[in-house]
Formats: sequence, structure tokens, C-alpha cells
Amino acid sequence: MNNHHWKLLTLVGPDRPGIVAAVSRVLLGAGAELGEASMMRLGGLFTIMLMVGLEGDGVHLKGLLESVRNEYKLRVHVDELNAGLHRRIEPDARITVYGADRTGIVFEVTDALAQAGLSITDLRSDVAGSEDKPIYIMSIEGVAQQGFAALEQALGNIPGDMRVTLEPIELMRG
Amino acid sequence: MALRDIVLYPDNRLKTVCSPVERFDAELRDFVNDLLDTCASGPGAVGIAAPQVGLLQRICIVDATRARKPVANHGKLILVNPEITAWEGFAVGREGCLSVPDYTGNVVRAEKIQLRAHDIDGNLLSFEMEGYEARIAQHEIDHLDGILFLDRLISRGADLFQRKPAKGKAD
Repeated sequence: MNNHHWKLLTLVGPDRPGIVAAVSRVLLGAGAELGEASMMRLGGLFTIMLMVGLEGDGVHLKGLLESVRNEYKLRVHVDELNAGLHRRIEPDARITVYGADRTGIVFEVTDALAQAGLSITDLRSDVAGSEDKPIYIMSIEGVAQQGFAALEQALGNIPGDMRVTLEPIELMRG
Repeated sequence: MALRDIVLYPDNRLKTVCSPVERFDAELRDFVNDLLDTCASGPGAVGIAAPQVGLLQRICIVDATRARKPVANHGKLILVNPEITAWEGFAVGREGCLSVPDYTGNVVRAEKIQLRAHDIDGNLLSFEMEGYEARIAQHEIDHLDGILFLDRLISRGADLFQRKPAKGKAD
């Protein structure tokens, strides 16, 4: 669209209402374009990763955000990457894992999936349950580059205390 | 073979309720042939609706034979004035649309439907569809009412846990 250089802006700070509005107000005023973004509350913190299309370098972007950073006590990080829009890839597999929380779950699952050729496109996890009996819940989407059977086989070796489901994502385009 | 241009959102024709077909004539037949060709040329398309090529009439194609993995289906269907008469169950599935390139999202649809429609000669037909084919039909009939899958998106994180375990250890 414009001859912008896309940057990946990461903001982290104490959560309170109005942060996204404050940031986007500044960026709009500076003529920036916003692209893909993902905001989540993690550990009670506000976190966002946001593609920003803007002329100038990362130092310029940080300068624009200085007053918002100060007001909202944000940590600001900018990556200048060879990023762009319309580079989505479609996942074809979804894996859900849950069980009593313990160390090693993420490694066991993702290592098995990586060896079976899964390229992860989306991963979300939560610790739920009670504080003395936490449960770990993880949801993964990805592209099964070595096919579905390889994933099935790999997940069969995950320790039995974890409940694992694997299902294809059958895209319907009409 | 004649391909028609795909109408892309935000074109307002995609948000318009379409009119019933009243004449089952050569003009309809020619249009449907174009629609079939256009569907077949769409990347990965398993269905298409008339407003997606700019004709605001209640005509759509449902073709589950083009699914990546074989699914239960009634073949390549031309549905004129289709009407869903019964819905049962629900399922979450990933949908995309020829008129909304470069985006897919999760949508809840009925798992089973009953459908009435005319064929291209005006004969009344009825179908019972389930799963993937039922999803296509619901997506295409939505187009005839000016509804896009974007109107029905649910969160990517939404997960109904309605699946079988990958390992045979369920109790």
C-alpha cells in the first residue's frame, strides 16, 4: 500500500484500560499504518505485538511513543524486520493438551511435534485449576509438513498423564 | 468455458439479500455453467454463490467432491432458491471465502441440515446433509442472504473440546 517499512512493536506493562487506544492515537497522528496484531493479558500484564508501518527507523517509533510509555509504564521494544502483510500460512492440524501441571510438558509435546514435522503457527497455554492443584492447558495449531500420520505417531509417545487430542483443520472455502 | 470475476468484500453486493429465481430458462443455464467454471477455477473452492460473481439471485453451487479429503456428499450440486428447513447439532470449523482472500476463521455451523431447493429445470429437490457438505451449504446460502462468514466468526481460542482423544486412554 504505502512505501512503509514494517516494524514489529512489542509493548509490555501493567494492565489498565486505554493502552491500545493511547498507542494507536499516537500512531495514527504520525501517519502510521497498523497491520496484524496480537494482544493478550499474560500473568496479569498487558502484552501486545503489533505490526506498524511507518517511515523512519525504530528509534523514531520509540520517540513517538515516549509519552505513552511514560504514562502507562510500558516496556517498548521495536524490531525492524523484513515483515509484510499477506504472508499468512494456513494451519492444517490442531493439537490440544491438558493435564495436572508439571515441568516438561511444553518440551515433551513440542519436541515430539517438531520431530514429526509440525510447523507451529499458533500456540496458547494457560495454567488453570486451583493454586494447589494447577492444570496445564495448551492449544497448538500448525502445518503438518510430514503428514498427519507422523503427528499421530509422535503424540502416542507423550506420557500418559497428559490428555492429547489431535484433529485436522479442514478448511472450507466457498 | 467462461469465468466470471469474483466480487470481493467490501463490495456491497455481498451484503445484499438476493431475489428468488423465477425463470428456469436458457439464461439461467448459461449463468450456472459460468458459475460452475468459476467455482472450479477458484483456489480450493468447494462452493460458490451467485452474488460472488455479481448476480443477486438465489443460486449457489455446493461441491463437496472437491474436498481435500473425501467426505460424505451428494455430488456437485446446483441449488436454485435453496432453503434450509431443519438444523441439528453444531460444530466449529475453519472457513475461508473466495470473496475474502487471505483470511480464514472459525465458524459454528449446524452439523446436520435438511435442505429444499430447485434444480436448474425447476424441479423441487430435498437433501439431508451433514458435516463438511452441510457446512458448505450453510456458507453458500448465507451468501444469498448477504451474510459473510466474517459475520459469524468466533474466537480463534474458542475450543469446544468435542473431539476424540489422539490416544486411546480416555476414561
